[in-house]
Amino acid sequence: MISIFPSLLSGAVITLQLLVSSMFFGLIIGLIFAILRINKNPIINKFAYGYSYFFRGTPLLVQLYLIYYGLANIEFLRNSFFWVIIKEPYWCAIIAFSLNTGAYTSEILRSAFQTIKKGYIEAAQSLGVTKKITFYRIQLPIAIKQSLPAYGNEIILMLKGTSLASVITIMDLMGEARKVNVLTFKPFEAFITAGIIYLFITFIIHNIIRYFEKKYGFQT
Amino acid sequence: MELLSFGDTGWGDELFFATLMTIAVSIAAMAIGFIFALIFTPLKLSKNKTLNVIGNCYTTIIRGVPELLVIYLLFFGGTGAAMYVASIFGYDGYIEINAFITGALAIGIISGAYSTEVFRGAILSIDKGQFEASKVLGIKKNIQFYKIILPQMLRLSIPNLSNVWQITLKDTSLISVTGLVEIMRQSYIAAGSTRDPLFFYSVAAVLYLMLTFLSMKLINKLEIKYSKGY
Repeated sequence: MISIFPSLLSGAVITLQLLVSSMFFGLIIGLIFAILRINKNPIINKFAYGYSYFFRGTPLLVQLYLIYYGLANIEFLRNSFFWVIIKEPYWCAIIAFSLNTGAYTSEILRSAFQTIKKGYIEAAQSLGVTKKITFYRIQLPIAIKQSLPAYGNEIILMLKGTSLASVITIMDLMGEARKVNVLTFKPFEAFITAGIIYLFITFIIHNIIRYFEKKYGFQT
Repeated sequence: MELLSFGDTGWGDELFFATLMTIAVSIAAMAIGFIFALIFTPLKLSKNKTLNVIGNCYTTIIRGVPELLVIYLLFFGGTGAAMYVASIFGYDGYIEINAFITGALAIGIISGAYSTEVFRGAILSIDKGQFEASKVLGIKKNIQFYKIILPQMLRLSIPNLSNVWQITLKDTSLISVTGLVEIMRQSYIAAGSTRDPLFFYSVAAVLYLMLTFLSMKLINKLEIKYSKGY
């Protein structure tokens, strides 16, 4: 049990790297698409809806395979400088995870934007605050605060999602656990230890989110 | 399009049966999940501390570890456990547990954890007055559950169960790692033998989108049907 611990921990580091980078890019993508979703132009609106529908309606594994195996099939991508990125499974995983979490994040933020009381915006308007400042100083902070609990769940879902990276040869926590299982034929030790590490990470994320909720919690 | 034709030359019929397999596994997993949920929901709501902890452990652990881990544990661990049990009875050969059963069980355990949370929420949202009223009327505990709580619980859980169904449907794609030929596995095979992964994984994505879209339509109908009179 103890001997497999170091290799699993080195996998956990990769898992955390994948999680942090995909959450970072996912948040940016989610924010952009949330803003597009509340746009009144029907074409922009539909486009953003289609994006989130596709990524929420298909399994993450399909998205991962599409990007890892599928993109390599396109001739001009292979000849362009993108090839440097998409030939690496690590970057493919980050792209797939970011796009996936971006879709969910955009939905979370959109519903947060839509539940903001009209009174706030009207008050800002009557005070002569410009639209831009209303958005950055009033709508955005309230939306972020309101979506904290749902976003916390999304982080945990994504943590579980990163385990799929192991099927495209990345040695994350799940990949290391699989390797241990193959080398030692002790599935219970390998997978239960990995499960405990996953639970531990989940527990920490949960508590960090709870801390932020308490600190910045917003009552309307 | 030639690649999708039915018969020996195309992958149409294979993908069609793979889609049926995905639906079958999802339904089986959902049913197993219901059984788990019906066992663990009372535990989570129980006033007994020990039972409570057991119920909470189930939902917390299953929702905190990756789905893939549960599948691997059952797939690799299940074979080992079955062989161990068989060796006690004097059988030393290799036993392979059916991929469909392990897959459905693994996804069932996962969807059961989500269903438990849904049922718990639904029961908690039933007005307390109804419990009190049935008590005052002298209705027995089990009749109270079957005739008053259960019907309302099911109606209240339909919207959230539709989410669980979507999660379950998408989770079945993970069973492909164990070799069960459902949509994902079939597209993997097709992509491998035709060297056209982009096309076949796009087809897989479209198939999943179709399944989620159609099931949403169906569930919405159910929701309207069962919320009549409210």
